[in-house]
Amino acid sequence: MKHIDEFRSAALTQSLVKKLRETLTRPIRVMEVCGSHTMSIFRSGLRDLLPETISLVSGPGCPVCVTPQSYIDEAVRLARHEDVIIGTFGDMMRVPGNQGSLLKEKSAGQDIRILYSPFDAVEIAAKNPGKKVIFLGIGFETTAPVTGLSILEASGRDIGNYSVFSAHKRVPPAMEALACDEELQIDGFLCPGHVCTVTGMEPYRFLAEKYGKPAVIAGFEIVDILHGLLLIAEMIRQGKPAVANGYPRAVSDRGNPKALEILDRVFSTGASAWRGMGVIPQSGLEIRQEFSLFDASRLFGLGVTDRPSPAGCICGDIMRGRRTPLDCLLYKNSCTPENPVGACMVSAEGTCAAYHKYCVE
Amino acid sequence: MELITLAHGAGGSLTGVLIKELFRRHFDNEFLAEAHDSARLPGIAGKLAFTTDSYVIDPLFFPGGNIGKLAVCGTVNDLAMSGARPLYLSCGFIIEEGLPVSLLESVVASMASAAGEAGVLIVAGDTKVVNRGAADKLFVNTSGIGEIPQGIDISGGNAKPGDSVIASGTLGDHGAVILVEREKLGLESPLESDCAPLCGLVADMLEACPDIRVLRDPTRGGAATALNEIAVQSQVGIEIDEETIPVRAAVRGICEILGLDPLYLANEGKLIAIVPAGKTDAVLKAMQSHPYGREAAIIGRVLPEPRGRLVLKTPYGSRRILDIMVSDSLPRIC
Amino acid sequence: MCIGIPVKLVERDEYSGIGEIEGVRRRISLALVLEARVGDYILVHAGCGMHVIDEEAAVETLDLLRKLEDEAY
Repeated sequence: MKHIDEFRSAALTQSLVKKLRETLTRPIRVMEVCGSHTMSIFRSGLRDLLPETISLVSGPGCPVCVTPQSYIDEAVRLARHEDVIIGTFGDMMRVPGNQGSLLKEKSAGQDIRILYSPFDAVEIAAKNPGKKVIFLGIGFETTAPVTGLSILEASGRDIGNYSVFSAHKRVPPAMEALACDEELQIDGFLCPGHVCTVTGMEPYRFLAEKYGKPAVIAGFEIVDILHGLLLIAEMIRQGKPAVANGYPRAVSDRGNPKALEILDRVFSTGASAWRGMGVIPQSGLEIRQEFSLFDASRLFGLGVTDRPSPAGCICGDIMRGRRTPLDCLLYKNSCTPENPVGACMVSAEGTCAAYHKYCVE
Repeated sequence: MELITLAHGAGGSLTGVLIKELFRRHFDNEFLAEAHDSARLPGIAGKLAFTTDSYVIDPLFFPGGNIGKLAVCGTVNDLAMSGARPLYLSCGFIIEEGLPVSLLESVVASMASAAGEAGVLIVAGDTKVVNRGAADKLFVNTSGIGEIPQGIDISGGNAKPGDSVIASGTLGDHGAVILVEREKLGLESPLESDCAPLCGLVADMLEACPDIRVLRDPTRGGAATALNEIAVQSQVGIEIDEETIPVRAAVRGICEILGLDPLYLANEGKLIAIVPAGKTDAVLKAMQSHPYGREAAIIGRVLPEPRGRLVLKTPYGSRRILDIMVSDSLPRIC
Repeated sequence: MCIGIPVKLVERDEYSGIGEIEGVRRRISLALVLEARVGDYILVHAGCGMHVIDEEAAVETLDLLRKLEDEAY
C-alpha cells in the first residue's frame, strides 16, 4: 500500500531506533496526544524497541474517551423515538451510558446504523423523509469539517430531516491545559498528524514559543512516530525547542484552508466538558445559529454535562500523563473493557484499554 | 411471488409439498427417500465424531455463498477438525413467514451442492415456520456425524513445544466480506467469502502425517481466538510471525480503512494445523497441492512459554500478546 | 484519533470521486481537495478527501530517513 508500507519498513525502524539511542543524552518523557498514535505504538510493539531513556505517555487525544457519558445517555434517549434513525461511527457503539450502550439499544431493535461517513447519514435522511436522522458528531478538527460539509449538503438539498448532535472538540486548548500544568513532566509532544492536516501548524506553535517544549507533527506509521521522536530528541539535545513538521506529505504549514473555512462557517467555539479533565474554554465546536435547523441539540433540547469521576478513578491524572493505569486501584478490578468506569477504558484507544488489551505489566 | 406461510410449517399437506418439491428434490438419497421419522443408517466401525451448529447469519446471501452453504460447510468442517470423514448431516430450518420460496430454494440448492462436494448425505431434516418477527428471515441448524479413522487423535490439548503452526490460506476473508455487506459501508471490493468444505484437504494432510496434533477452523473470533483456545487447552505458548500471515490485499485494504485486524475476522474455509516439527514440510506440501490449501503457510511455532498465551512477533522484532476476542470487531473512524 | 488512509483517486467528477486501495473502492467527497487529479493519492477520512499527498515530500522524507540508515551502518 503506497504511502503506508514504506513507513512500516523494518530496516528504517531499526536504524531510527539506533539513531534515537545515540541522540538521547538524558531520560525524556514524550506525550503522544492522539488515540491513533497510541494504537500504532502498541500494535507495533514500539515500547519494547525504544531505549530505556525514553518513555511514552498517552494524552487525552481520544475523542470517544473525552466525550461525557451524558452524551451517550442523550443519544440513547433519542434512539428510543420511533421516528428517529441514529447514524454513528462504530467507535461510539460500545460506550456505556447510564442506560446502556448504543449497541445494546440496537439489539433491542432501535434504528441505529454504523456509518463510515456523515454523508451516508444525509443520504439516509433523503431516502427516509418520514424519519428524523441524527448523526453523532464525534471527533476533533479532522472530522468536524466533514460533519460541517454534511450539514451544508443537507442545507443545499433542502433535506430538513437531517441533524447533527455535535460533540466535536478542538485539540490545542486541551494541549494548552496540559502544557501549563506545572506538575506535568513532559519534555516533548507528538502532535496529531491528521488534525494538523486541517489546521496546519500554527495552533501548535505555542508549545515551543510559550512553554519551551519541542513538538513534532507526526504521522501514524511506526517510521513516522520514530522520526517524530528523533526530531524531539534532537531539539532537546540542542536546546532549541520548536514545532517541526514530521509529516510533510500530509501536512502543510497552512493546513487545508477550505476545511478551515467550513469549520468557521458551520461551527462556533465555546467551552466544552472533557470527561476526566473538566471544562476547557474554547475547546468545543457548536453548530452556529444559522444552521440551527440541523443542530440536534437545539431541535431536541439536548444537554451534555460532565459528571465528576467516580471515587478511585484516576483517568484525569492518566490523561495528563501524571500516572499510569498500573497506578490505579480500579484498573482490571472494577474497571475493565467490558465494564469501563473511566474515560481511559471506554474506547479501544484509551490508555487503560490499550494497556489491558496488550497486557502491559 | 410465492411466499412461505405458517401453513407450510403446520405438518399438513403444504408441508408435504414443501418437503417433496423442495427438500427431497435437492437432497435426494436412499435414506431420505425412506421418509421415516428417523434415518436408518449403516453401523460405523470406528469412533464417531458428532457435532451441531446453528446459522443465523445476516445477510442471508453474500459474495461467495449463503447461509445454506455456510451451514453445510461449517458442520462438515467441524467434523473434519477431529480428523473425521463426514458422512451424514441433518438440517433444521426455522423460517419466518413471508420468506419467498425461491429464496429458500436457492439456499437448499446451495446446500445440496456443498454436500455433494463434501461427499456427505443429508439424511434428516425438519421445518418450522414462525410468525413474522419471531425469526430473522431464516435460521438453519445442521448436525453431522463422521467417522474418525483408526489411530487418529486430534484434539486441542495436543500441541507440544517445538510444533509448527500452519494456516491453510489467507485469513479474514469471510469476516471482512460479511462486515462490509451487513453494515453497508459503501465499500466495493472483489472479495468473496472463503466458505468451503475442508474434509478433502484434511484427508490429504492426514495421509502425509497421521500425527497431526491439532486442527481448528478459525470461525467467529478469527485465528487469534482459535489459537488462544489451543494455547489454553494445551497449556503452551504459541508465537506467530506477523510477516508470514497470509492476508488478501483487499482484506488488508478493508482493515486499513475500518481499523480492523484480520486475525480477529472470521474464516469459513480455512484451518489452522499444529504439526510435529519433523512433519511440517510434508504437511505443507500436501496442503499446497490441494485447491483449498494452495496458499498454505507456516505462520508460527509452539513454545513452552508464555503458557496459555498467544504472542505476535512483529516485523520489528518486538512481541505483543494477542488476547482472545471479547466482542465482535466494529469499524473505527477515530 | 483519526484514521486517514492514502487512497488512489481513480475517477472523479466535479465534487466527488472514487478512491481505491488494494482493489477496494469507495466514493469520496472531493469538496476539500478540489484540485485533486485522477492518479493522485488522497488522504481520506470519514469518506472525505482531506489532503492531496505530497509525493515529493514523501520521497524527501524517505530519502532523509534512508540516509540515517546509511550513517548507522
